[in-house]
Amino acid sequence: MQKRWTTAAAVVSVLALMVGACGGGTGGGGASSAKTIKIMSSLPMTGASRTQTVEIVNSIQMAIADTKINNVTVNFEALDDATAAKGSWDAAQEAENARKAINDKSVVAYIGTYNSGAAKVSIPLLNQAGLVMVSPANTYPGLTKPGKGEANEPNTYYPNGKRNYARVVPADDLQGAVGAVWAKDLGAKKVYIVHDTQLYGKGIADVFRAKAKDLGLTEAGYEGADKADNYRALANKIKDSGADFVYYGGIVDNNPAVLLKDIRAVLPTMKFMGPDGINCSEFLKQAGPAADASVYSTFGGVPPEKYTGKAADWLKAYNAKYNNNNPNPYAIYGYEAAKVVLAAIAAAGDKADDRATVLANVMGTKNYDGVLGKWSFDANGDTTLTQFSGSQAKSGSWAFVKELAVQQ
Amino acid sequence: MAAIVIGITNGAFIALIALGYTLVYGIIELINFAHGDLFMLGTFVCLTTLTLLGFGTEVGVSGTPWWALVIAILAAMIFCGVLNMLAERVAYRRLRRAPRLAPLISAIGVSFIFVNIGLFWQGPTPRRFPDLLPQYDFVSQLFGLHTLVRFTFKDLFVLALAIPLMLGLAWVIRSTRMGKAMRAVAQDSEMALQMGIDVDRVISFTFVLGGVLAGAAALMYGLYNNNTVFTLGFAAGLKAFTAAVLGGIGNVTGAALGGFVLGLLASLTVTYAGGQWENVGVFSLLVIILVFKPTGLLGQALGDRA
Repeated sequence: MQKRWTTAAAVVSVLALMVGACGGGTGGGGASSAKTIKIMSSLPMTGASRTQTVEIVNSIQMAIADTKINNVTVNFEALDDATAAKGSWDAAQEAENARKAINDKSVVAYIGTYNSGAAKVSIPLLNQAGLVMVSPANTYPGLTKPGKGEANEPNTYYPNGKRNYARVVPADDLQGAVGAVWAKDLGAKKVYIVHDTQLYGKGIADVFRAKAKDLGLTEAGYEGADKADNYRALANKIKDSGADFVYYGGIVDNNPAVLLKDIRAVLPTMKFMGPDGINCSEFLKQAGPAADASVYSTFGGVPPEKYTGKAADWLKAYNAKYNNNNPNPYAIYGYEAAKVVLAAIAAAGDKADDRATVLANVMGTKNYDGVLGKWSFDANGDTTLTQFSGSQAKSGSWAFVKELAVQQ
Repeated sequence: MAAIVIGITNGAFIALIALGYTLVYGIIELINFAHGDLFMLGTFVCLTTLTLLGFGTEVGVSGTPWWALVIAILAAMIFCGVLNMLAERVAYRRLRRAPRLAPLISAIGVSFIFVNIGLFWQGPTPRRFPDLLPQYDFVSQLFGLHTLVRFTFKDLFVLALAIPLMLGLAWVIRSTRMGKAMRAVAQDSEMALQMGIDVDRVISFTFVLGGVLAGAAALMYGLYNNNTVFTLGFAAGLKAFTAAVLGGIGNVTGAALGGFVLGLLASLTVTYAGGQWENVGVFSLLVIILVFKPTGLLGQALGDRA
């Protein structure tokens, strides 16, 4: 009898392990050819970001399938930098993913990360290995731009002195500022700023805060709020402060939907705005009826329904392939990131499996004609695109309101 | 004032989960690390039950479907009770005489298994829990007072469920035969065995009780916070465990008290010091209390029996 229980327990734990192992990677196979190389991605596939990261991975796979490079077989592996225990990205997991990419000699490019905090972990590791990293989603300015983050940023991330990191999305020094300008246009006078205490969230909240001050908005409060079960005490505090506008700097994983819901309970008409971190269907799904027309978000680029030209063609192909009704805004960045990497590999010719050549080619991308339009990477590895748009929640989806101009 | 109401309702969840920790610890001196995750599975049972009954979302539902909530809470209570009992059978019973560390490790193992079952069951993203309770604010609607204090139907619901459950538990322990047996086993299980008490049955019953409370807390949590995710158990478990230690682990009244103190302290810290200080405040208090009163608020010094 006792033996049987032990066996049952063993079977249960093995099953659980197998369940845990699911959602892992997708390996690619292929015919043998002159050269076989590999691209790895590292994105949080467990937790609230999953909806978007699955779409990014789809886009990367689509880009690889769309691109034929002579004598080169490109394999792809999607790594997860989130852990089940945390339900969002994890620094230790991200470091492990970076090491995995470094140790696999066939890997020539690393697409990721999704979270700026995770990029902080992997950029220096990959830098020392001379491996190029292209992010489809990191927006924290300090990763690339001198003088926009901490004093030692961004050089602290590049120990060997040579840049190996680029991003296809515009950074938050622009996004936080356009958010503040838009908030003022929407009638904000007294703003309560909340951030999720993470690198990205606090970073953009600080940019918003500085710009709001320049614009003459009063600050009703500024504070960090960790992921919690509910934020009713904070919601009451916001009410007491007499604020007429709430700005949230952070990502959907850290429960902004719950914060919004708790604010709605005490302040039914409070305006609420967040950056690209909440511009996703997941946020609206979790917030339910609380996400009404007084909820706004900003993000780089334009929403899928406004795509034109190449982007519209891409969207059509994406929807057809994945049977999807318009992906979240980051999907197209995943495609563009993969395309830029593939272009660099193709340009490397015989040296397609040489990390240094691919690195130099990616960082040197100029006047690239991609689905996002024609753009270049500047000396910092930032995209030259500066287009932003603002959306408003409307019956369960984000509706485009207007393009937001960057004023510098 | 508002902070106090929020603190008390948040404290009620913590208290109910803390009771599960303290009950088990009181009897077999095991810190059941899987308890928070059991609570998480409880929220999933509620969500699944409500979805099956056609109330997976509040959209299009007018009024509160009380009968569905009753079925959901019963389902969660039964599920958690039975699952907790099975966990004890499979993972802890054989280790009862093993060194203390062994059942602790096996509890951590059970916790991982629960988390992965949750992950497999509802997926890796947070799930929305239907908001089925009426939005009724007693303070403004009943007394016509528009103050900053809100005491809503949700708060009442939580307290109206949590307090009778706690009193019921106290009654079971104090006045029933089984409760007497539980106390006997807690004091000296060998002696209890010699007195003709079926120790295995008593321990199973204790696990069922702990699970039932977690199941009830699960429905309340879901209806109150309208959100659940498979990682919920860890944080909930940690807070509840802290509350149990705060109150004096093994002491049932202490766990309930610890839960309320913790909830109050958390909401007061958020209100007066800011969100990022919440955990600092809570755990500083824990450290201070344990330094000056290592047995917790209501705990008695128990000899280390291992």
